[in-house]
Amino acid sequence: MSWENLGTFIAMGGYGGYVWGSFGVTAACALIEILALGARRRRLLRQRAE
Amino acid sequence: MIAIRWFKYSSPQTFYPLAGRLTTWFGALAALLAVTGLYIGFFVAPTDFQQGEAYRIIFIHVPAAWMSMFLYLVMAMWAAIGLAWNTRLSSMMALAIAPTGAMMTFIALWTGALWGKPMWGTWWVWDARLTSELILLFLYVGFMFLHAAIDDPRRADRAAAVIAIVGAINVPIIYFSVKWWNTLHQGASVSLTRSPSMASTMLAGMLIMSLAFWMYSIAVILKRVRCVILERERNADWLREPGATA
Repeated sequence: MSWENLGTFIAMGGYGGYVWGSFGVTAACALIEILALGARRRRLLRQRAE
Repeated sequence: MIAIRWFKYSSPQTFYPLAGRLTTWFGALAALLAVTGLYIGFFVAPTDFQQGEAYRIIFIHVPAAWMSMFLYLVMAMWAAIGLAWNTRLSSMMALAIAPTGAMMTFIALWTGALWGKPMWGTWWVWDARLTSELILLFLYVGFMFLHAAIDDPRRADRAAAVIAIVGAINVPIIYFSVKWWNTLHQGASVSLTRSPSMASTMLAGMLIMSLAFWMYSIAVILKRVRCVILERERNADWLREPGATA
């Protein structure tokens, strides 16, 4: 699949909102999960140090 | 001999450092596979002749839906082992799986809604596939809430295990719902008994993304079980030794 330019890639044949809404929310979920786990681990280690 | 080695890792103390090392490896694999899968999904796989570009949602929708069901079964299995043999690491594994399973279920429902709107003309219908997947989300959330509501962690493990085990009946219902009932949701695109009903590059992208979701799930679940071990074993002697929390 070759896209003519960035604009057609983002537009996704008129389905851009649906496609990027799906991929965006999925990426956000993964990012939040990873960051939350990192924060949880740091908090636990800090509590141990006290 | 192998059995002995396996049992060695059934205690939180020996599993904790192993899980730390494995998290890094599975995380790296997940990133590599995701980049490959997304490249194939967006730059190699052709436009679908019926659905245009909207079908590309499949590259996350199907992997997330598979993981949501598979993780539930693994969670129920660990919960059952913990219930039967009173092994505390098993129950910790079940507890660590639940949030990621719930997230996968949410992603499957969310991407399904965003796919359903342009293709079916509706975000949601109360058909068998969608409804049973929603029930799966409630089962995950119920498992976590019940566990959190009981102060004694070992009692919480046992009570939550019952929900996990009873709820496992929902997984085959989700899987076979498209066969058993007349649903708006399409049937399986991939099955073991016949050739897949999609282009080979589409299939390759979907399978690689599925592998990426697997690796991601293993990485975050191991990272979470390390947190659970730190919380629940906080008074254990082995955690007081220098470098034990690394």
